[in-house]
Amino acid sequence: MNTENTPKPVSPVTKALRWFFVRGRGDSPFKRMLIHAALIIASIIAVYPALRVITISLRPNDTLLTTSLQIIPENATLDNYKEVLFGAPEKNRQSDFFLWIWNSFSIVAVTSVISMILAAVSAYAFSRFKFPGRAAGLVFLLTTQMIPAGMLLLPLFIMLAQLKMINTALGLIIAYSVSSVPLTIWTLKGYYDTIPVDLEEAALIDGANRFTVFTRIILPLSTPALAIAFLFSFMGGWSEYIVARVVLQRNDMFTWPLGIFTFAQQFTVSWGQFSAASVLIAIPVMALFLYSSKWLISGLTLGSVKG
Amino acid sequence: MALPLLILQARPGMENKSPLRRLLPYIYWVGGLFILYFLLNYLISPTDSAGISLNAGMVVERLGEIGGFLFGILVGLGLIETYFYQIFFRQPRDAKAKTIIRGLQIFLGLLTLLSIFTFFEATDLFRLGDTFIGNFIRLPITLFSGLQSILYNILYDKAVAGMIVGLLLALIISGIYVVIHKLSIPRNSKLGLPYLLILPALIGILFLIIYPFLFETKLAFSNASLGTQATKNAQYGLIYGWENLKTLFTGKVAKDAMFFEVFGRTILWTVINVTFHVGGGMALALLLHRPMKMQGVYRTFLIIPWAIPTTIAAMALRNEFDSRYGLFNILLTDLNTWLTAVSHGAVNIPLLGDSFSWLAAHIGPVSWKQDALWAFVSVLMSNIWLGIPFMCVIILGGLQSISQEYYEAAEIDGATKVQQFRHITLPLLRPVLTPAIILGVVWTFNKIDIIYLITQGGPQEKTDILVSSMYKAAFQFYRYGFTAMFALVIFVILLIFTLIYLRASGGLKSATE
Repeated sequence: MNTENTPKPVSPVTKALRWFFVRGRGDSPFKRMLIHAALIIASIIAVYPALRVITISLRPNDTLLTTSLQIIPENATLDNYKEVLFGAPEKNRQSDFFLWIWNSFSIVAVTSVISMILAAVSAYAFSRFKFPGRAAGLVFLLTTQMIPAGMLLLPLFIMLAQLKMINTALGLIIAYSVSSVPLTIWTLKGYYDTIPVDLEEAALIDGANRFTVFTRIILPLSTPALAIAFLFSFMGGWSEYIVARVVLQRNDMFTWPLGIFTFAQQFTVSWGQFSAASVLIAIPVMALFLYSSKWLISGLTLGSVKG
Repeated sequence: MALPLLILQARPGMENKSPLRRLLPYIYWVGGLFILYFLLNYLISPTDSAGISLNAGMVVERLGEIGGFLFGILVGLGLIETYFYQIFFRQPRDAKAKTIIRGLQIFLGLLTLLSIFTFFEATDLFRLGDTFIGNFIRLPITLFSGLQSILYNILYDKAVAGMIVGLLLALIISGIYVVIHKLSIPRNSKLGLPYLLILPALIGILFLIIYPFLFETKLAFSNASLGTQATKNAQYGLIYGWENLKTLFTGKVAKDAMFFEVFGRTILWTVINVTFHVGGGMALALLLHRPMKMQGVYRTFLIIPWAIPTTIAAMALRNEFDSRYGLFNILLTDLNTWLTAVSHGAVNIPLLGDSFSWLAAHIGPVSWKQDALWAFVSVLMSNIWLGIPFMCVIILGGLQSISQEYYEAAEIDGATKVQQFRHITLPLLRPVLTPAIILGVVWTFNKIDIIYLITQGGPQEKTDILVSSMYKAAFQFYRYGFTAMFALVIFVILLIFTLIYLRASGGLKSATE
């Protein structure tokens, strides 16, 4: 046997080190550890401030102001939640929590429904027909995405004031539709573009008319896109503060962002109740968001990230 | 017993069932939630003085209000659509019919036009006063409200009275449509359908965007403010526009800050934010984009800042910037204590012990609210924290669409990881990255809520950006005419940016093809 061909005896330590740091295919365990460490740190940075909200909501009222960093505070209590949800009859204080949620929900849901109705049909026209003014219309829609929502707030505010619609749900519905309608058209147009035209042509040859094609083929096929567009405009309005603050000035009309802000504005800042209300609102919203994030993202890329 | 059975039966072959059947489970859900809510309401707040302030009456009232609104919109749109349908798809049977039809259509058009003019006047776009023209233009609405007030005297309910008059009007107009229909024959129109389809959105956009924009332009050339009771006693003229413009560039934009100072800060804000968003998002996406355990868990955790409603996140972070009880100063204080301990030799670190005294003297709690620089850092930190997940998710989507074969080929050719990133990943990410960055720039430029909720632009407006200054000028200092001019200037800045982007990327062509 030729001695040069026999592999040098490698010590187990070197072997282990090589396996740990180099390894042939894929990432070495060392690199993987680094990656996991980086991701864990990033996750902590992402999650910890959110956890702090829960912590504060669980603190009893006398230890609200502490410099402790514990996640579950000592003497954790649900008193804040109770007071936020059901009020404090002994202090003669009502809970406006459900009122705010109802205000927000009714306003935002109607906005989304209106944008859907307006957008579902017009996006179809933009996607399937060639007509004079089409290009100009699309560029205009694109431009509206570029202009700040706050820009039209002043004229809208003055117009609503003239029409005596300040402090009404309809006023805020109108103000929210400004940004919601163009965005919804744009999203849906992007989706309709991905539905093959052959389907419609086949149906048209078979004697269907455009209306049937739209209601029987396009709408059912674009159910996911309609859901995305609805979610988009819903999420857009759901946690909106700036516009709502201008349009709604009466306490019983407040949407929840305005409502929880009153916790921070009161004479004694009630961070405990603010945090409890935040947790109660955020958890369903976040659950819905995380659940639907896959589709939301595909909707984003459909509408705007199209080449 | 019957209810669950019904649901069970509805399951198989749901496609064939009527829409009502298909929606049944959801209806049950909504109904169940409502019953639960009212039960809760009844159990917890039997009296009005305590407990929950929302009651069934309020819910019903709101449902009536928005139901009526939606109904009105649908009926109105239906009437307008029919009007244009008859113009596009029907033609008069003969010459005599033509006169009648065109006459009726012109009458209806005039009626609508007059109503729109009345709307313009009601919102103070122009004022006609008590002249003959003014009264003529207001005629349809005067008739409408006259009828409504007559009914109101009988019914004592304004909403119902308005609804009855509205329905009456709708009925009359429908009658006219029937007449037109009887007198006409169908015809073909190629362009009719698309125009009918975009009509509802067009009307919406005209009223929601174009009209407010024109209104704002007019307002920019006025001296409207709280003193003039908004538009009531405002004066209009080019001179006021010039004054507003002059104040904008040479005077205070809100109360303390100057335009170019704020503009510079806005650019800094946008550049820093977008850089960190893209950089951080890219780093996290590259870390996540590999076969690994726990990927889903990390993704969920990392997406959380995006999932939290912005208002809550901003308010919570504002809380954390408190000088004593906020998270950041607690951490900084702890760090300072530790560094001091090291520099005093309480904790023994060989060789480096002394150099810690400098750190101990310089690292410590920061006054996030009073110091202009740190206040700006605090809003930047908050917005960076909030914005990274979006970019991360977008970039991750882009990475997943790049075929693995490119990397295998590059590896065979001996390319290093850095080279692979520069010459494969970056170019192939461009279609995803460019629009995301552009949108990111525009959104960040206009991001008012973070700044408004965390620092309110303070201290002394040292953290304001253009949009938040504008918001303050309008709704804290009530300088309406000035704000309108301000808004137009911001619009022009963004328009220039958009045009440059569109020219550079050719995005317009692909968007409108």
